[in-house]
Amino acid sequence: MGKTLAEKIIGEHVGREVIAGEIAVTPVDVCLVQDGTGPLAINQLRKINLERAASPQSTVLFIDHASPSPRKELSNDHNTLRQFARKTGCHVSEVGDGVCHQVINECYVKPGDIVIGADSHTCTSGALGALGTGMGSTDVAIGIALGKTWLRVPESYRIVVHGHFQPGVYAKDLILHIIGMIGADGATYKSMEFCGETVENMGMTERLTLSNMAVEAGAKCGLIFADEKTRAFLIEHGRGDSYRELRVDEDATYERTFEIDASKILPTISFPHTVDNTRTIEDKDCRSVKIDQVYIGTCTNGRLEDLRIAAQILKGKRRHSDTRLIVVPASRRIYQQALEDGILAILNEAGAAILSPGCGPCVGIHQGILGDGEACLSTQNRNFKGRMGNPNAFIYLASPATAAATAIKGRLADPREVIG
Amino acid sequence: MTTMRGKAWKFGDNISTDHIAPGRLFHLRSNLPELAKHVLEDARPEFASSMAPRDFVVGGGNFGLGSSREHAPTIIKIAGVSAVLAKSFARIFFRNCINVGLPAIICDTDKIDEGDELEVDLSQGKVINHTKKIELSFPPLPPVMTRILQEGGLANYIQNYGDFKLE
Repeated sequence: MGKTLAEKIIGEHVGREVIAGEIAVTPVDVCLVQDGTGPLAINQLRKINLERAASPQSTVLFIDHASPSPRKELSNDHNTLRQFARKTGCHVSEVGDGVCHQVINECYVKPGDIVIGADSHTCTSGALGALGTGMGSTDVAIGIALGKTWLRVPESYRIVVHGHFQPGVYAKDLILHIIGMIGADGATYKSMEFCGETVENMGMTERLTLSNMAVEAGAKCGLIFADEKTRAFLIEHGRGDSYRELRVDEDATYERTFEIDASKILPTISFPHTVDNTRTIEDKDCRSVKIDQVYIGTCTNGRLEDLRIAAQILKGKRRHSDTRLIVVPASRRIYQQALEDGILAILNEAGAAILSPGCGPCVGIHQGILGDGEACLSTQNRNFKGRMGNPNAFIYLASPATAAATAIKGRLADPREVIG
Repeated sequence: MTTMRGKAWKFGDNISTDHIAPGRLFHLRSNLPELAKHVLEDARPEFASSMAPRDFVVGGGNFGLGSSREHAPTIIKIAGVSAVLAKSFARIFFRNCINVGLPAIICDTDKIDEGDELEVDLSQGKVINHTKKIELSFPPLPPVMTRILQEGGLANYIQNYGDFKLE
Protein backbone atom coordinates (compact mmCIF):
# COMPACT_ATOMS: atom_id res chain seq x y z
CA MET A 1 0.00 0.00 0.00
CA GLY A 2 1.27 3.47 -0.86
CA LYS A 3 2.75 5.57 1.91
CA THR A 4 2.54 9.23 2.73
CA LEU A 5 5.84 10.93 3.54
CA ALA A 6 5.05 10.72 7.26
CA GLU A 7 4.28 6.98 7.09
CA LYS A 8 7.38 6.39 5.00
CA ILE A 9 9.74 8.24 7.35
CA ILE A 10 8.36 6.75 10.56
CA GLY A 11 8.21 3.27 8.98
CA GLU A 12 11.88 3.45 8.00
CA HIS A 13 12.78 4.38 11.56
CA VAL A 14 10.83 1.63 13.29
CA GLY A 15 11.79 -1.02 10.72
CA ARG A 16 8.29 -2.03 9.69
CA GLU A 17 5.30 -0.68 7.81
CA VAL A 18 3.21 1.76 9.80
CA ILE A 19 -0.15 3.29 9.05
CA ALA A 20 -1.84 6.44 10.25
CA GLY A 21 -3.33 6.17 13.72
CA GLU A 22 -0.92 3.72 15.28
CA ILE A 23 1.50 4.61 18.03
CA ALA A 24 5.16 3.72 17.66
CA VAL A 25 8.40 4.16 19.56
CA THR A 26 10.96 5.55 17.13
CA PRO A 27 14.62 6.50 17.18
CA VAL A 28 15.26 10.19 16.59
CA ASP A 29 18.07 11.60 14.43
CA VAL A 30 18.33 15.21 15.57
CA CYS A 31 17.24 16.88 18.83
CA LEU A 32 17.14 20.56 19.62
CA VAL A 33 16.23 22.78 22.52
CA GLN A 34 16.50 26.53 22.82
CA ASP A 35 17.17 28.93 25.67
CA GLY A 36 13.48 29.17 26.57
CA THR A 37 12.89 25.43 26.79
CA GLY A 38 16.34 23.88 27.26
CA PRO A 39 16.90 24.81 30.92
CA LEU A 40 13.66 23.03 31.91
CA ALA A 41 14.66 20.01 29.80
CA ILE A 42 18.03 19.81 31.55
CA ASN A 43 16.47 20.26 34.98
CA GLN A 44 14.11 17.37 34.27
CA LEU A 45 17.06 15.12 33.33
CA ARG A 46 18.93 16.18 36.48
CA LYS A 47 15.89 15.39 38.59
CA ILE A 48 15.82 11.79 37.39
CA ASN A 49 19.60 11.43 37.25
CA LEU A 50 19.68 10.98 33.48
CA GLU A 51 21.93 13.86 32.49
CA ARG A 52 23.31 12.40 29.27
CA ALA A 53 22.89 12.46 25.49
CA ALA A 54 22.46 9.37 23.31
CA SER A 55 23.81 11.25 20.24
CA PRO A 56 25.61 14.41 21.33
CA GLN A 57 26.86 15.07 17.78
CA SER A 58 23.26 15.61 16.61
CA THR A 59 21.90 17.31 19.73
CA VAL A 60 21.99 21.09 19.60
CA LEU A 61 21.28 23.62 22.34
CA PHE A 62 20.40 26.99 20.83
CA ILE A 63 20.86 30.38 22.44
CA ASP A 64 18.61 32.36 20.13
CA HIS A 65 15.42 33.51 21.87
CA ALA A 66 16.95 35.92 24.40
CA SER A 67 20.19 36.49 22.62
CA PRO A 68 22.31 38.41 23.55
CA SER A 69 20.85 38.07 27.02
CA PRO A 70 18.88 41.09 28.26
CA ARG A 71 18.68 39.94 31.93
CA LYS A 72 20.76 38.11 34.49
CA GLU A 73 18.14 35.36 34.96
CA LEU A 74 18.40 34.53 31.27
CA SER A 75 22.21 34.73 31.34
CA ASN A 76 22.09 32.06 34.04
CA ASP A 77 19.74 29.96 31.89
CA HIS A 78 22.24 30.25 29.04
CA ASN A 79 24.94 28.96 31.34
CA THR A 80 22.77 25.96 32.22
CA LEU A 81 22.83 25.04 28.52
CA ARG A 82 26.59 25.57 28.22
CA GLN A 83 27.27 23.43 31.30
CA PHE A 84 25.12 20.59 29.97
CA ALA A 85 26.97 20.77 26.64
CA ARG A 86 30.34 20.59 28.37
CA LYS A 87 29.22 17.58 30.35
CA THR A 88 27.60 15.64 27.50
CA GLY A 89 29.39 16.78 24.33
CA CYS A 90 26.25 18.30 22.77
CA HIS A 91 26.68 21.35 20.55
CA VAL A 92 25.85 24.88 21.64
CA SER A 93 24.74 27.35 18.99
CA GLU A 94 25.92 30.59 20.54
CA VAL A 95 24.78 34.20 20.67
CA GLY A 96 24.82 35.54 17.12
CA ASP A 97 24.81 32.15 15.38
CA GLY A 98 21.13 32.39 14.48
CA VAL A 99 17.62 31.02 14.93
CA CYS A 100 17.45 27.30 15.73
CA HIS A 101 15.17 26.42 12.79
CA GLN A 102 17.52 28.04 10.30
CA VAL A 103 20.79 26.72 11.70
CA ILE A 104 19.51 23.17 12.31
CA ASN A 105 18.56 22.90 8.63
CA GLU A 106 21.75 24.54 7.36
CA CYS A 107 24.00 22.26 9.41
CA TYR A 108 22.33 19.09 10.75
CA VAL A 109 19.08 17.83 9.19
CA LYS A 110 18.92 15.52 6.17
CA PRO A 111 16.01 14.14 4.15
CA GLY A 112 14.22 11.25 5.86
CA ASP A 113 15.32 12.27 9.37
CA ILE A 114 13.11 12.48 12.43
CA VAL A 115 13.82 15.73 14.24
CA ILE A 116 12.32 16.57 17.62
CA GLY A 117 12.67 20.01 19.09
CA ALA A 118 11.47 21.82 22.16
CA ASP A 119 10.12 24.57 19.95
CA SER A 120 6.86 24.44 18.06
CA HIS A 121 8.42 25.52 14.76
CA THR A 122 10.64 22.44 14.59
CA CYS A 123 8.25 21.49 11.77
CA THR A 124 10.42 23.79 9.58
CA SER A 125 12.63 20.77 8.82
CA GLY A 126 9.77 19.35 6.77
CA ALA A 127 11.09 21.50 3.94
CA LEU A 128 14.05 19.13 3.63
CA GLY A 129 11.85 16.05 3.66
CA ALA A 130 12.50 15.46 7.36
CA LEU A 131 9.76 14.80 9.89
CA GLY A 132 10.42 17.65 12.28
CA THR A 133 7.97 18.14 15.10
CA GLY A 134 7.73 20.33 18.16
CA MET A 135 7.39 18.86 21.64
CA GLY A 136 7.76 20.04 25.21
CA SER A 137 10.92 20.19 27.26
CA THR A 138 10.49 16.82 28.97
CA ASP A 139 9.68 14.95 25.76
CA VAL A 140 12.80 16.33 24.09
CA ALA A 141 14.87 15.80 27.24
CA ILE A 142 13.99 12.09 27.16
CA GLY A 143 14.65 12.07 23.40
CA ILE A 144 18.11 13.52 24.02
CA ALA A 145 18.92 11.06 26.80
CA LEU A 146 17.50 7.87 25.27
CA GLY A 147 17.71 8.68 21.54
CA LYS A 148 14.04 7.88 20.99
CA THR A 149 10.50 9.08 21.46
CA TRP A 150 6.95 7.86 20.97
CA LEU A 151 4.77 9.14 18.16
CA ARG A 152 1.30 8.66 16.84
CA VAL A 153 1.59 8.15 13.07
CA PRO A 154 -0.40 11.11 11.75
CA GLU A 155 -3.08 11.13 9.12
CA SER A 156 -2.06 13.37 6.24
CA TYR A 157 -3.53 16.29 4.36
CA ARG A 158 -2.22 16.85 0.86
CA ILE A 159 -1.92 20.47 -0.22
CA VAL A 160 -1.51 20.59 -4.02
CA VAL A 161 -0.48 23.96 -5.42
CA HIS A 162 -0.58 24.70 -9.14
CA GLY A 163 0.41 27.72 -11.24
CA HIS A 164 2.61 30.75 -10.78
CA PHE A 165 2.42 33.52 -8.24
CA GLN A 166 1.64 37.04 -9.43
CA PRO A 167 4.50 39.53 -8.97
CA GLY A 168 4.58 40.64 -5.33
CA VAL A 169 3.15 37.33 -4.06
CA TYR A 170 5.29 34.78 -2.24
CA ALA A 171 5.24 31.53 -0.29
CA LYS A 172 4.34 33.51 2.85
CA ASP A 173 1.14 34.74 1.21
CA LEU A 174 0.34 31.16 0.19
CA ILE A 175 0.75 29.72 3.67
CA LEU A 176 -1.21 32.57 5.28
CA HIS A 177 -3.92 31.94 2.69
CA ILE A 178 -3.97 28.22 3.52
CA ILE A 179 -4.18 28.84 7.28
CA GLY A 180 -6.91 31.42 6.73
CA MET A 181 -8.79 28.83 4.67
CA ILE A 182 -8.53 25.82 7.00
CA GLY A 183 -8.21 27.62 10.34
CA ALA A 184 -5.71 27.70 13.19
CA ASP A 185 -6.83 24.19 14.17
CA GLY A 186 -7.64 23.02 10.64
CA ALA A 187 -4.87 20.43 10.57
CA THR A 188 -4.50 19.58 14.27
CA TYR A 189 -2.54 16.32 14.73
CA LYS A 190 -2.16 15.95 10.94
CA SER A 191 0.82 15.85 8.66
CA MET A 192 0.47 18.59 6.04
CA GLU A 193 2.21 17.48 2.86
CA PHE A 194 2.83 20.17 0.24
CA CYS A 195 3.19 19.25 -3.43
CA GLY A 196 2.32 20.38 -6.96
CA GLU A 197 4.27 22.30 -9.59
CA THR A 198 4.36 25.53 -7.57
CA VAL A 199 6.11 23.74 -4.71
CA GLU A 200 8.38 21.86 -7.16
CA ASN A 201 9.47 25.23 -8.54
CA MET A 202 10.13 26.77 -5.14
CA GLY A 203 13.65 27.12 -3.80
CA MET A 204 14.43 26.10 -0.24
CA THR A 205 13.88 29.62 1.09
CA GLU A 206 10.21 29.44 0.18
CA ARG A 207 9.78 25.79 1.14
CA LEU A 208 11.17 26.54 4.61
CA THR A 209 8.56 29.30 4.99
CA LEU A 210 5.75 26.88 4.10
CA SER A 211 6.86 24.10 6.44
CA ASN A 212 7.63 26.56 9.24
CA MET A 213 4.00 27.59 9.52
CA ALA A 214 2.38 24.14 9.39
CA VAL A 215 2.03 24.27 13.18
CA GLU A 216 -0.04 27.46 12.84
CA ALA A 217 -2.77 25.22 11.38
CA GLY A 218 -2.21 22.82 14.29
CA ALA A 219 -0.24 20.29 12.23
CA LYS A 220 2.31 17.89 13.65
CA CYS A 221 4.59 18.40 10.66
CA GLY A 222 4.68 20.10 7.26
CA LEU A 223 6.44 17.81 4.83
CA ILE A 224 7.82 18.45 1.37
CA PHE A 225 9.45 15.84 -0.94
CA ALA A 226 13.26 15.97 -1.27
CA ASP A 227 14.45 16.67 -4.81
CA GLU A 228 17.20 18.45 -6.76
CA LYS A 229 16.40 21.73 -5.00
CA THR A 230 16.99 20.01 -1.68
CA ARG A 231 20.24 18.58 -3.01
CA ALA A 232 21.39 22.03 -4.16
CA PHE A 233 20.66 23.45 -0.67
CA LEU A 234 22.66 20.67 1.00
CA ILE A 235 25.58 21.10 -1.43
CA GLU A 236 25.55 24.86 -0.81
CA HIS A 237 25.90 24.12 2.90
CA GLY A 238 28.71 21.60 2.39
CA ARG A 239 26.50 18.56 3.03
CA GLY A 240 25.79 17.22 -0.45
CA ASP A 241 26.53 13.67 0.66
CA SER A 242 23.59 13.70 3.09
CA TYR A 243 21.11 14.05 0.22
CA ARG A 244 18.65 11.36 -0.76
CA GLU A 245 15.58 11.68 -2.91
CA LEU A 246 12.32 11.25 -1.03
CA ARG A 247 8.97 11.11 -2.79
CA VAL A 248 5.50 10.18 -1.73
CA ASP A 249 3.94 7.04 -3.23
CA GLU A 250 1.42 7.77 -5.98
CA ASP A 251 -1.24 5.68 -4.23
CA ALA A 252 -0.70 7.04 -0.71
CA THR A 253 -3.85 7.57 1.35
CA TYR A 254 -4.66 11.14 2.29
CA GLU A 255 -7.46 12.06 4.63
CA ARG A 256 -8.08 15.26 2.69
CA THR A 257 -6.71 16.96 -0.41
CA PHE A 258 -6.73 20.71 -1.02
CA GLU A 259 -6.09 22.11 -4.51
CA ILE A 260 -4.85 25.67 -4.69
CA ASP A 261 -4.31 27.91 -7.71
CA ALA A 262 -1.23 30.02 -6.91
CA SER A 263 -2.11 32.62 -9.54
CA LYS A 264 -5.21 33.57 -7.55
CA ILE A 265 -3.35 34.30 -4.32
CA LEU A 266 -3.00 37.98 -3.40
CA PRO A 267 -0.65 39.56 -0.86
CA THR A 268 -2.16 38.29 2.39
CA ILE A 269 -2.08 39.64 5.94
CA SER A 270 -3.00 38.01 9.26
CA PHE A 271 -4.80 40.49 11.48
CA PRO A 272 -4.60 40.46 15.29
CA HIS A 273 -4.76 38.20 17.30
CA THR A 274 -4.83 34.87 15.45
CA VAL A 275 -2.91 33.66 12.40
CA ASP A 276 -6.07 32.47 10.65
CA ASN A 277 -7.63 35.96 10.82
CA THR A 278 -6.47 36.73 7.28
CA ARG A 279 -7.34 39.41 4.72
CA THR A 280 -5.98 40.06 1.27
CA ILE A 281 -4.29 43.40 0.86
CA GLU A 282 -7.24 44.51 -1.31
CA ASP A 283 -9.68 44.11 1.59
CA LYS A 284 -11.13 47.36 2.87
CA ASP A 285 -9.89 46.50 6.38
CA CYS A 286 -6.34 47.02 5.11
CA ARG A 287 -6.89 50.67 4.25
CA SER A 288 -5.37 53.20 6.61
CA VAL A 289 -3.93 50.76 9.17
CA LYS A 290 -1.08 52.75 10.68
CA ILE A 291 1.99 50.69 11.54
CA ASP A 292 4.49 51.78 14.21
CA GLN A 293 7.06 49.03 13.75
CA VAL A 294 8.02 46.72 10.89
CA TYR A 295 10.04 43.60 11.65
CA ILE A 296 11.75 41.63 8.87
CA GLY A 297 13.41 38.44 10.08
CA THR A 298 12.69 35.20 12.03
CA CYS A 299 12.69 31.50 11.19
CA THR A 300 9.77 32.21 8.87
CA ASN A 301 11.24 34.97 6.71
CA GLY A 302 14.75 35.98 7.75
CA ARG A 303 16.60 34.22 4.93
CA LEU A 304 18.85 35.78 2.30
CA GLU A 305 16.15 35.84 -0.41
CA ASP A 306 13.75 37.48 2.03
CA LEU A 307 16.24 40.21 2.86
CA ARG A 308 17.03 40.65 -0.83
CA ILE A 309 13.34 41.14 -1.69
CA ALA A 310 13.03 43.74 1.08
CA ALA A 311 16.22 45.50 -0.10
CA GLN A 312 14.99 45.65 -3.70
CA ILE A 313 11.89 47.48 -2.50
CA LEU A 314 13.71 49.73 -0.02
CA LYS A 315 16.68 50.60 -2.28
CA GLY A 316 17.10 54.36 -2.46
CA LYS A 317 14.06 54.89 -0.23
CA ARG A 318 13.57 55.61 3.47
CA ARG A 319 11.34 54.12 6.06
CA HIS A 320 8.37 56.33 6.96
CA SER A 321 9.36 58.79 9.64
CA ASP A 322 6.76 57.37 12.06
CA THR A 323 7.64 53.73 11.43
CA ARG A 324 10.58 51.89 12.95
CA LEU A 325 12.21 49.16 10.86
CA ILE A 326 13.99 46.22 12.49
CA VAL A 327 15.88 43.65 10.42
CA VAL A 328 17.35 40.41 11.81
CA PRO A 329 19.07 37.90 9.50
CA ALA A 330 18.11 34.36 10.54
CA SER A 331 21.68 33.04 10.76
CA ARG A 332 25.30 34.12 10.82
CA ARG A 333 25.76 32.67 7.35
CA ILE A 334 22.85 34.72 6.01
CA TYR A 335 24.16 37.83 7.79
CA GLN A 336 27.54 37.33 6.13
CA GLN A 337 26.05 36.83 2.66
CA ALA A 338 23.76 39.83 3.08
CA LEU A 339 26.79 41.89 4.08
CA GLU A 340 28.80 40.74 1.08
CA ASP A 341 25.91 41.27 -1.33
CA GLY A 342 25.36 44.85 -0.14
CA ILE A 343 21.85 44.01 1.10
CA LEU A 344 22.51 45.20 4.64
CA ALA A 345 23.95 48.48 3.35
CA ILE A 346 20.74 49.15 1.43
CA LEU A 347 18.59 48.33 4.45
CA ASN A 348 20.78 50.43 6.71
CA GLU A 349 20.53 53.42 4.37
CA ALA A 350 16.76 52.92 4.35
CA GLY A 351 16.75 53.48 8.11
CA ALA A 352 16.65 49.91 9.42
CA ALA A 353 18.01 48.86 12.79
CA ILE A 354 19.93 45.70 11.89
CA LEU A 355 20.42 43.30 14.81
CA SER A 356 22.52 40.19 15.27
CA PRO A 357 21.08 36.83 14.12
CA GLY A 358 18.52 35.30 16.49
CA CYS A 359 14.79 35.46 17.14
CA GLY A 360 14.84 39.24 17.56
CA PRO A 361 11.61 40.82 18.84
CA CYS A 362 9.35 37.92 17.71
CA VAL A 363 9.02 36.31 21.13
CA GLY A 364 8.44 39.47 23.17
CA ILE A 365 11.54 39.28 25.32
CA HIS A 366 13.72 42.04 23.93
CA GLN A 367 14.90 44.01 20.88
CA GLY A 368 11.65 45.75 19.96
CA ILE A 369 8.85 45.27 22.49
CA LEU A 370 5.74 47.17 21.45
CA GLY A 371 4.18 50.03 23.37
CA ASP A 372 0.55 50.20 24.47
CA GLY A 373 -1.76 50.51 21.49
CA GLU A 374 1.04 50.13 18.97
CA ALA A 375 0.84 48.05 15.81
CA CYS A 376 3.61 45.98 14.29
CA LEU A 377 3.78 44.36 10.88
CA SER A 378 6.09 41.37 11.14
CA THR A 379 7.31 38.63 8.82
CA GLN A 380 7.14 36.19 11.76
CA ASN A 381 4.70 33.30 12.10
CA ARG A 382 2.55 34.20 15.07
CA ASN A 383 0.51 37.22 16.19
CA PHE A 384 -1.13 36.11 19.43
CA LYS A 385 -2.09 38.70 21.98
CA GLY A 386 1.03 39.52 23.97
CA ARG A 387 3.37 37.72 21.60
CA MET A 388 5.69 40.69 21.15
CA GLY A 389 5.84 41.53 24.83
CA ASN A 390 2.71 43.62 25.29
CA PRO A 391 -0.88 42.32 25.45
CA ASN A 392 -2.07 45.84 24.61
CA ALA A 393 -0.37 45.83 21.20
CA PHE A 394 -1.42 44.55 17.76
CA ILE A 395 0.54 42.28 15.43
CA TYR A 396 -0.03 41.84 11.70
CA LEU A 397 1.77 39.11 9.72
CA ALA A 398 2.86 39.34 6.10
CA SER A 399 5.63 38.66 3.58
CA PRO A 400 8.96 40.55 3.49
CA ALA A 401 7.73 42.42 0.39
CA THR A 402 4.57 43.62 2.14
CA ALA A 403 6.69 44.48 5.17
CA ALA A 404 9.11 46.57 3.11
CA ALA A 405 6.28 48.39 1.32
CA THR A 406 4.63 49.04 4.68
CA ALA A 407 7.86 50.44 6.15
CA ILE A 408 7.95 53.01 3.34
CA LYS A 409 4.29 53.99 3.56
CA GLY A 410 3.90 53.85 7.34
CA ARG A 411 0.64 51.92 6.93
CA LEU A 412 -0.33 48.50 5.61
CA ALA A 413 0.75 48.69 1.96
CA ASP A 414 0.48 46.59 -1.18
CA PRO A 415 3.95 45.51 -2.34
CA ARG A 416 2.70 45.59 -5.94
CA GLU A 417 2.49 49.38 -5.66
CA VAL A 418 6.20 49.72 -4.96
CA ILE A 419 7.71 46.94 -7.08
CA GLY A 420 9.25 48.64 -10.10
CA MET B 1 -6.40 11.45 42.05
CA THR B 2 -8.99 9.82 39.79
CA THR B 3 -11.87 11.94 41.15
CA MET B 4 -11.54 15.71 41.40
CA ARG B 5 -14.03 18.36 42.41
CA GLY B 6 -13.97 22.13 41.99
CA LYS B 7 -15.37 25.20 40.29
CA ALA B 8 -15.21 26.05 36.56
CA TRP B 9 -13.30 29.05 35.24
CA LYS B 10 -14.38 29.67 31.66
CA PHE B 11 -12.07 30.76 28.87
CA GLY B 12 -12.83 31.22 25.18
CA ASP B 13 -11.50 29.66 22.00
CA ASN B 14 -7.85 29.80 20.94
CA ILE B 15 -6.30 30.40 24.35
CA SER B 16 -2.62 30.47 23.39
CA THR B 17 0.48 29.66 25.40
CA ASP B 18 1.14 33.41 25.26
CA HIS B 19 -2.07 33.95 27.22
CA ILE B 20 -0.98 31.31 29.72
CA ALA B 21 2.74 32.04 30.10
CA PRO B 22 3.65 35.18 28.13
CA GLY B 23 7.04 35.86 26.58
CA ARG B 24 7.43 39.08 28.54
CA LEU B 25 7.84 36.86 31.62
CA PHE B 26 10.45 34.70 29.91
CA HIS B 27 12.95 35.51 32.65
CA LEU B 28 10.75 33.71 35.20
CA ARG B 29 10.87 30.37 33.40
CA SER B 30 13.46 29.02 35.80
CA ASN B 31 11.35 30.28 38.73
CA LEU B 32 8.11 28.42 38.08
CA PRO B 33 6.35 29.20 41.41
CA GLU B 34 6.78 32.91 40.62
CA LEU B 35 5.68 32.45 36.99
CA ALA B 36 2.61 30.55 38.26
CA LYS B 37 1.43 33.74 40.00
CA HIS B 38 0.85 35.10 36.47
CA VAL B 39 -0.85 32.04 35.00
CA LEU B 40 -3.37 32.92 32.25
CA GLU B 41 -2.84 36.57 33.10
CA ASP B 42 -3.27 37.83 29.54
CA ALA B 43 -6.61 36.01 29.17
CA ARG B 44 -8.09 36.78 32.62
CA PRO B 45 -5.88 38.97 34.80
CA GLU B 46 -7.83 38.12 37.97
CA PHE B 47 -7.60 34.35 37.53
CA ALA B 48 -4.36 33.56 39.36
CA SER B 49 -5.25 35.54 42.47
CA SER B 50 -8.94 34.52 42.59
CA MET B 51 -8.97 30.79 41.79
CA ALA B 52 -9.09 28.20 44.54
CA PRO B 53 -6.96 25.07 44.59
CA ARG B 54 -8.66 22.19 42.74
CA ASP B 55 -10.66 24.48 40.43
CA PHE B 56 -10.87 23.69 36.73
CA VAL B 57 -9.77 25.66 33.69
CA VAL B 58 -12.48 25.25 31.06
CA GLY B 59 -11.62 26.39 27.54
CA GLY B 60 -13.31 26.37 24.16
CA GLY B 61 -11.72 25.09 20.96
CA ASN B 62 -7.99 24.75 20.21
CA PHE B 63 -6.88 25.34 23.78
CA GLY B 64 -3.13 25.85 24.23
CA LEU B 65 -2.21 26.69 20.69
CA GLY B 66 1.18 28.13 19.90
CA SER B 67 4.51 27.59 21.50
CA SER B 68 5.87 24.28 22.78
CA ARG B 69 6.60 25.86 26.18
CA GLU B 70 5.91 23.17 28.76
CA HIS B 71 5.98 25.95 31.32
CA ALA B 72 2.36 26.70 30.31
CA PRO B 73 0.72 23.49 31.61
CA THR B 74 3.32 23.31 34.39
CA ILE B 75 2.23 26.62 35.92
CA ILE B 76 -1.45 25.73 35.51
CA LYS B 77 -0.66 22.67 37.62
CA ILE B 78 1.50 24.56 40.13
CA ALA B 79 -1.34 27.08 40.57
CA GLY B 80 -3.43 24.16 41.87
CA VAL B 81 -5.76 23.57 38.91
CA SER B 82 -7.09 19.97 38.92
CA ALA B 83 -7.54 19.61 35.17
CA VAL B 84 -8.03 21.52 31.94
CA LEU B 85 -11.23 20.83 30.01
CA ALA B 86 -11.74 21.97 26.42
CA LYS B 87 -13.61 21.13 23.24
CA SER B 88 -10.26 20.54 21.57
CA PHE B 89 -6.59 21.02 22.36
CA ALA B 90 -3.56 22.04 20.32
CA ARG B 91 -1.35 19.00 19.87
CA ILE B 92 1.83 20.01 21.72
CA PHE B 93 -0.04 21.50 24.67
CA PHE B 94 -2.14 18.35 25.09
CA ARG B 95 0.94 16.16 25.12
CA ASN B 96 2.70 18.53 27.52
CA CYS B 97 -0.24 18.43 29.95
CA ILE B 98 0.05 14.67 30.25
CA ASN B 99 3.84 14.92 30.47
CA VAL B 100 3.60 17.21 33.50
CA GLY B 101 0.81 15.16 35.10
CA LEU B 102 -2.04 17.59 34.42
CA PRO B 103 -5.22 15.89 33.12
CA ALA B 104 -6.41 17.39 29.81
CA ILE B 105 -10.00 16.44 29.08
CA ILE B 106 -11.79 16.72 25.75
CA CYS B 107 -15.52 17.26 26.26
CA ASP B 108 -18.39 19.54 25.25
CA THR B 109 -17.52 22.59 27.32
CA ASP B 110 -20.50 24.52 25.91
CA LYS B 111 -22.41 22.65 28.62
CA ILE B 112 -20.32 24.22 31.37
CA ASP B 113 -20.68 27.80 32.54
CA GLU B 114 -18.52 30.02 34.70
CA GLY B 115 -18.69 28.95 38.34
CA ASP B 116 -20.36 25.58 37.73
CA GLU B 117 -19.46 22.95 40.30
CA LEU B 118 -17.72 20.08 38.48
CA GLU B 119 -16.62 16.61 39.41
CA VAL B 120 -14.25 14.77 37.09
CA ASP B 121 -13.79 11.01 37.25
CA LEU B 122 -10.75 10.07 35.18
CA SER B 123 -11.16 6.32 35.45
CA GLN B 124 -14.82 6.45 34.37
CA GLY B 125 -14.20 9.09 31.70
CA LYS B 126 -16.94 11.39 32.91
CA VAL B 127 -17.51 14.96 34.00
CA ILE B 128 -20.44 15.58 36.34
CA ASN B 129 -21.75 19.13 36.25
CA HIS B 130 -23.44 19.31 39.67
CA THR B 131 -24.77 22.81 39.03
CA LYS B 132 -26.57 21.76 35.84
CA LYS B 133 -27.12 18.18 36.96
CA ILE B 134 -25.74 16.73 33.75
CA GLU B 135 -23.01 14.28 32.92
CA LEU B 136 -20.49 14.60 30.08
CA SER B 137 -18.30 11.77 28.85
CA PHE B 138 -14.79 11.96 27.46
CA PRO B 139 -12.66 9.51 25.45
CA PRO B 140 -9.90 7.51 27.15
CA LEU B 141 -6.23 8.32 26.50
CA PRO B 142 -3.98 5.90 24.63
CA PRO B 143 -2.41 3.44 27.13
CA VAL B 144 1.04 5.08 26.96
CA MET B 145 -0.44 8.44 27.98
CA THR B 146 -2.63 6.94 30.69
CA ARG B 147 0.44 5.43 32.27
CA ILE B 148 2.45 8.66 31.99
CA LEU B 149 -0.40 10.54 33.68
CA GLN B 150 -0.72 7.90 36.40
CA GLU B 151 2.99 8.26 37.15
CA GLY B 152 2.54 12.00 37.55
CA GLY B 153 4.35 12.88 34.34
CA LEU B 154 6.94 11.72 31.85
CA ALA B 155 10.04 12.27 34.01
CA ASN B 156 8.68 10.01 36.76
CA TYR B 157 7.46 7.52 34.18
CA ILE B 158 10.91 7.16 32.60
CA GLN B 159 12.51 7.00 36.04
CA ASN B 160 10.21 4.13 36.99
CA TYR B 161 10.00 2.23 33.70
CA GLY B 162 13.36 3.18 32.11
CA ASP B 163 11.77 3.22 28.64
CA PHE B 164 8.51 3.74 26.76
CA LYS B 165 5.93 0.98 27.23
CA LEU B 166 3.22 1.18 24.64
CA GLU B 167 0.74 -1.33 26.07
